[in-house]
Amino acid sequence: MESILNIRNVSKIYQSAGRELTVLDNINFSIAAGSTVAITGPSGSGKTTLLGLCAGLDSASSGTVELNGIALEKLNEDERAAIRNQYVGFIFQNFQLLPTLTALENVMVPLELRGAKNISAHALELLDKVGLADRSHHYPVQLSGGEQQRVSLARAFSNQPAILFADEPTGNLDAETSEKVIKLLFDLNKDAGTTLIIVTHDLELAARTARSIKIKGGVIISDENPTYAQ
Amino acid sequence: MPNSLPKQSVKFSWLFKMAWRDSRKNRARLLLFISAIVLGIAALVAVYSFKDNLQRDIDAQAKELTGADLVLDSRKGVSKAMQKMLDTLGDERSQEKTFASMIYFQKGGGSRLVQMKALEGNYPYYGTIETIPLAAAKYFQSGRNALVDQTLMLQFNAKVGDSVKIGDLIFNIMGTLTKAPGQTGIGASIAPTVYIPLQTLDKTNLIKTGSRINNKFYFKYNDPSKIDEWVKKQNSRLEKEGFDADTVESRKEQTGRSFKDVNRFLALSGFIALLLGCIGVGSAIHVYIQEKLSAIATLRCLGLKSRHAFLIYLIQVFFIGLIAAVLGAALGTGIQFLLPLVLKDFLPIEITMQVSWLAVGQGILLGLIISVLFALPSLLSVRRISPLNAIRISFEKAGGKRDPLTWLVYLLMAVFITAFTHLQMKTWIQTLAFTASIAIAFTLLIILSKLLMFLVRKLLPNSSPYLWRQGFANLYRPNNQTLMLTVSIGLSTAFICTLFFVQGILMSRVTLSSGSNQPNMVMFDIQNTQKEGLDSLTKAFKLPLMNQVPVVTMRIEEINGKKASADTSNMRAYRNEIRATYQDTLTVAEKITSGKWIGKIKPNETVYVSLDQRYAQQIHVELNDKILFNVQGMMIPTVVGSLREVNWSRMQTNFRVVFPAGGIRRSAAVSCIDDQGAIGRSFSPFPG
Repeated sequence: MESILNIRNVSKIYQSAGRELTVLDNINFSIAAGSTVAITGPSGSGKTTLLGLCAGLDSASSGTVELNGIALEKLNEDERAAIRNQYVGFIFQNFQLLPTLTALENVMVPLELRGAKNISAHALELLDKVGLADRSHHYPVQLSGGEQQRVSLARAFSNQPAILFADEPTGNLDAETSEKVIKLLFDLNKDAGTTLIIVTHDLELAARTARSIKIKGGVIISDENPTYAQ
Repeated sequence: MPNSLPKQSVKFSWLFKMAWRDSRKNRARLLLFISAIVLGIAALVAVYSFKDNLQRDIDAQAKELTGADLVLDSRKGVSKAMQKMLDTLGDERSQEKTFASMIYFQKGGGSRLVQMKALEGNYPYYGTIETIPLAAAKYFQSGRNALVDQTLMLQFNAKVGDSVKIGDLIFNIMGTLTKAPGQTGIGASIAPTVYIPLQTLDKTNLIKTGSRINNKFYFKYNDPSKIDEWVKKQNSRLEKEGFDADTVESRKEQTGRSFKDVNRFLALSGFIALLLGCIGVGSAIHVYIQEKLSAIATLRCLGLKSRHAFLIYLIQVFFIGLIAAVLGAALGTGIQFLLPLVLKDFLPIEITMQVSWLAVGQGILLGLIISVLFALPSLLSVRRISPLNAIRISFEKAGGKRDPLTWLVYLLMAVFITAFTHLQMKTWIQTLAFTASIAIAFTLLIILSKLLMFLVRKLLPNSSPYLWRQGFANLYRPNNQTLMLTVSIGLSTAFICTLFFVQGILMSRVTLSSGSNQPNMVMFDIQNTQKEGLDSLTKAFKLPLMNQVPVVTMRIEEINGKKASADTSNMRAYRNEIRATYQDTLTVAEKITSGKWIGKIKPNETVYVSLDQRYAQQIHVELNDKILFNVQGMMIPTVVGSLREVNWSRMQTNFRVVFPAGGIRRSAAVSCIDDQGAIGRSFSPFPG
């Protein structure tokens, strides 16, 4: 299977109080298109930093990140933004809906940025899929946490991304709502055939993915079912 | 597998749509944020509109202020040659003799010093002498009639038809004078005017040899376009003959000048309000963008380019700035209608308030420039907000180095402040001093803020109560607003204090006789032989003597060794009699502008005199020039030691020439002068 994400010798070093702090140290892995992967690890292990690098939100101190065949380290921030808009979807722990936009407008934004047509109908269809068609004109503040995350799911799939990054998607939800959101996430992912990468410390959630990469202290300590990725 | 970069096309219309969407729920708060702009522009538009209206009305009414196209006046008699020339000037002519005289109301028995105007001819040619009844102004010259100022009529409970005695003649009060060309309400209360026909003046026997008469000649021209050119050409001849010329154009300039202080104070108020607006915008947008950090980071995650993020917020600031500027301009236009109500007693003209579209346009443009320019440092930072902030708040500043565009914006802000300051100050030295002062204050406040954060971090004891610890810790924690608040509040306070200081200075300059330490009666020409009698008289009326000033009459004999005959281009210097004084200290109305004030001298020392700086200019004299004064036959050599700025508007005796104490007394002529010289005395009717 063709790989959609290739990470080669990636390190991330921060300068902190005049000292170098190595957050990620020589990370290597590839992820096959259409697969589901969990990146797990304890707090401070570097998993969110890794997600940032994989999604093109940040640049590595060394090494290469290749997303959908494009080497991200050679691009500037605006070029990486175009890549994100075209190929990447995001689900955030704290939902990150734009508070001044309605649910429908939030879903429409990635499509508007792309200059797509018939945006409204497509966005409404997605909201219908997540069961919020009747709440399309509500603002985030008028929605519950679970509803906000469902709007976030609709937004993440709206631009039909090649790869979807979810950062602790159930971190702010109760167990019952979490279950519903995760089910919805996997169902939508299955329908769309998107590559799904979930960053979590929730081992139950990680167990639902086909592959699990565990990091600790900035290095990969285990990579279960890596061959699946190749 | 694709390996080429995708193309992204964001339409400009979408940026507007996004700016509109993003501003939801924030619009009222944004308007509140930039209420500073509303108030700043309101103040500026009010001041500019008032100035525009005032200037327009001065231009329009300057003719009514002079009442004629050309006014020539002289305190000297008119030579035959000059009279010949006067008879050829203008298409219509009028003559007026003005002098101070007592008037006696026969019915009530009261008397009062007035400004007497003996008029002949159809003056004023522009505007009117307004009287009650209306016809009185037109017909009073037909007989022995007088027009008496309304304040006098009220004071003495006089009525039209009553009689007043002026000199040896009795006049019928034909009308109450309500308004004359160039007369202000406040001027009339200090020196009320009485008009009589010029043809009756001789019979009053008020005009004697040595009387101080001001001869005025009014001319009307069918084609007044060349008058100023004529005045310029004839200037030296007019000066030689002791004449001053006043034209409509020169009156426009004079009237404008007399409002200089008021105008400059109003301009300063507007300017300060505007600077406060700049600070307000800068800090408000800074806070606004800080609050938008998460939303911007999310948009960046979703693929929004940095310049598009910047444009979304620039569009918001532009339109909010435009709304604020329009609101400010509307408010300012409303406020300008209140200014004439406050200032009407000081204005010699009627202000017809109109909307000054120029001021409105300037205000809106300035509001927009300020909104955008002072928001730009925060707006530019939007370009550098990392999408990483969506998944974790980064305490690191994006990019590390300062954005070069931000430096450019800071430079533009400095240029804007400098240019705008120059528009108000007019001189580069004052402009640079003011701008440098702002820069120094700005730097000091930054240092103070950093020092405050450092000291709180170092000195705050861990044992202090929780609330205190948390409260103070917020001063130095990441994303604190300590610097912004210190600079904003500090600079705003400094600007407001500046305004109050200037207001205080101006108020002290225009304080009239209302204060208990100010005289409200000044008596001149008290001879030494009259001093004792006057003292007992004033004591009987409980009028405390506040000040006694020696007045010495003299003429200039030579300037730098040149006599009048050898210095024909400077006739003004030798022509007039000077009333000088000697004193050892300066009064509150005097300020040395150059040279050194010497208050006392010993016998045989050089006599350093101090001259009013405008008088020194008029007689072409500078510091260290030698002047020989003729003090009633006694020659006193002097050197110009200093020049003074004299506040002539104060109700007290002021002098063009001041001798040091001992400068006149030491001469042999002193006893003679003291015997014959006069004394000015100031009285207050209120004890203390």
